[in-house]
Amino acid sequence: MRKEKKKKQHDTATVNGKLIRRPIKRWFPLFILPTFACFCIGFVWPFLQGIYLSFCSFNTPRDAAWVGFENYLKAFKDGGFRHAFWNTAAFAVVSIILINLLAFIIAYGLTQKIRGANLFRTVFFMPNLIGGVVLGYIWSMIFDAILKGYSTYLTANATYGFWGLVILVAWQQIGYMMIIYIAGLQAIPEDLNEAAKIDGATRWQTLTRVTIPNMMPSITICTFLTLTNSFKLFDQNLALTGGAPQVIMNGAKVNMTELLALNIYSTYNIGKNWHGAAQAKAVVFFLLVAVLAIAQQSATRSKEVQA
Amino acid sequence: MKKILALILALCMVLALTACGSSAAPAAEEATAAEAPAEEAAAEEAPAEEAAEATGKVYYLNFKPEADEAWQELAALYTEQTGVPVKVVTAASGSYSDTLTAEMAKSDAPTLFQMGNAYSLLDWGDYALDLTGTPVVGEMTNTDFALTGDDGSIKAIAYCLESYGIITNVALLEEAGYTLADITDFDSLKAVADDIHARADELGFDAFTSAGLDGSSSWRFSGHLTNMPLYYEFRDDGVTTPPAEVSGAYLDNYRAIWDLYIDDSAAEKSSLTSATGDQAEAEFGEGKAVFFQNGTWEFSNLTDTFGMDPATITMIPIYCGVDGEEDAGLCTGTENYWAVNSNASEDDIQATLDFIYWCVTSEEGTSMMAEQFGPIPFNSAKESENVFVKAADEYIAAGKYPVTWAFNSTPNVDSWRAGIVDALAAYSADQSDANWEQVVSAFVDGWAIEWATVNG
Repeated sequence: MRKEKKKKQHDTATVNGKLIRRPIKRWFPLFILPTFACFCIGFVWPFLQGIYLSFCSFNTPRDAAWVGFENYLKAFKDGGFRHAFWNTAAFAVVSIILINLLAFIIAYGLTQKIRGANLFRTVFFMPNLIGGVVLGYIWSMIFDAILKGYSTYLTANATYGFWGLVILVAWQQIGYMMIIYIAGLQAIPEDLNEAAKIDGATRWQTLTRVTIPNMMPSITICTFLTLTNSFKLFDQNLALTGGAPQVIMNGAKVNMTELLALNIYSTYNIGKNWHGAAQAKAVVFFLLVAVLAIAQQSATRSKEVQA
Repeated sequence: MKKILALILALCMVLALTACGSSAAPAAEEATAAEAPAEEAAAEEAPAEEAAEATGKVYYLNFKPEADEAWQELAALYTEQTGVPVKVVTAASGSYSDTLTAEMAKSDAPTLFQMGNAYSLLDWGDYALDLTGTPVVGEMTNTDFALTGDDGSIKAIAYCLESYGIITNVALLEEAGYTLADITDFDSLKAVADDIHARADELGFDAFTSAGLDGSSSWRFSGHLTNMPLYYEFRDDGVTTPPAEVSGAYLDNYRAIWDLYIDDSAAEKSSLTSATGDQAEAEFGEGKAVFFQNGTWEFSNLTDTFGMDPATITMIPIYCGVDGEEDAGLCTGTENYWAVNSNASEDDIQATLDFIYWCVTSEEGTSMMAEQFGPIPFNSAKESENVFVKAADEYIAAGKYPVTWAFNSTPNVDSWRAGIVDALAAYSADQSDANWEQVVSAFVDGWAIEWATVNG
């Protein structure tokens, strides 16, 4: 133990040594440059242009004409957008709870000493390797085949579509979150558990008083990922129901199972009168996701403990 | 170990750079489109040798994935003959407007692009060159097949005409004891279909193919079949431009024909939402059904893929019980119009006009167009081998009226159709009057809402 520590110190010393640090200091811009350039071209510039376009009426970005806040008014007046917002919120709450709970339980189970735990981990992780559109189509077939037995079908009403999407996304993401939880569980020092045992803690007490507080960093990451994933969900939504069924409410059309990202996409496709409004929706959407993510981070971070 | 790591990191960096570079390439979502860059490179190299005369270039953003290969070949041939580079890029099925929007924003924008209907004019009219007086317009048999702006300028010209109706397997029809002459209107069609459906087990085939409401098939009913009530309503009311509202006066006829499609078919009514277009095509191709509502474009699939004998198949009009419909022909029209980008350089515009003129007048061009698209509305059009096209011509020759494509007036077409499909699916699972009201609402109220949306 001590020897290892010493070696580590030695390593840090070399990295921080002047001989190595000086060239790194001098040349780091060169090494950052390619990625930074990509970041600017692929993210920063389109992002800024997107914000600019949300204040414009345009067909292609070349013929943009400034219109002020008109697009934002149009976006908020759209009943479909508001419906999509509540849909997304409900979906996010349900899927965050479901995914994290199940992922944690599975991770907890798979870190106990059972035969074939590695195989199970691989199997649970695998759905993650399939793309969202493919998953959407496959699951729509599965659901339709099941519902056929009851003489109905997936897009018959919004409830089927909603829960169908929850099941699909849970199935896809549980494996991923499970891996993060497993890593977290394995990082808890054995002596803490031992100490709890000696003090006479029950299994439940160990879980709630020792394991979970020590797992807070993993929980922070997993809730963050599931939150943003649920809000940004697009492919699965498009492929599973495409927003169907469509109903007419208060003289406007509403796609019952449409989430925010899909709503923005279909708004854009209405025609050039709606390009700006779709862009405005996208900016609102970005702000929403950013605010929620930051709030969630600070909320769970405050509960993290140092072992 | 560290050296290997460093090497891998360096490789990653290089990869990241190349990835950045290639992301600027045009949308190549589909396999067919992926071939384009190769062709494009070839097209750009060729003229280098004879660059002296050729100054303009053509960039065609093609709408039809099924014709991609033919266009690529024709473009290469044109470049070989004239030295003018022609680049053809095909947008993936269902993503034409996205691709067009993206491509139009580039400095190297398409010089030739496609419009679908009057609503495309709303979006892209500003980009379309007035084609009045160009030689290619002079070659047109009928300038009705053009999209005109408010000022009467010709903004886009149709380059192919298509027809649809009920594709019929005559051999099976005869096996069931009927001939084509037995079907002259809705009642006789229904009598024949009902009888075949009743004897389906004994005959080994059913009347209609599955009326699938999956996205790959639903357009046949939410788009093409809704043309029947729209066409007759517009005819009665003298509507010529897209109206803000429709009354749905002929929706009972629509219901009659839809009931016939789903009642006289082997497909289970409650699971139509998952029945695909390929499924219906296969049912017809494999001789499991006598009737299949689709269009002239199905000809090569049925004869090549399924090896059907062209002599045993034909197309009959969609009868839905409207007075005087025994005089109806097939539904003929187009949603394929060429428009020339007015923002392109003068040389490119000239090159593009020359190219399309060559396409509709030269031996090679007209052969390809006839083979791919059937009848084209130009003087030098070649006769097509397509029996469905011939059927359409025969109806016209016999003095029947063609049912034009009234559905081209549909506002926010994808959304309007989605509403119809949802209502039709619910109605098919339970054919009650209450459920039919939903279809009517999607048709009538949906139209008004979409109209307001598009123009809002």
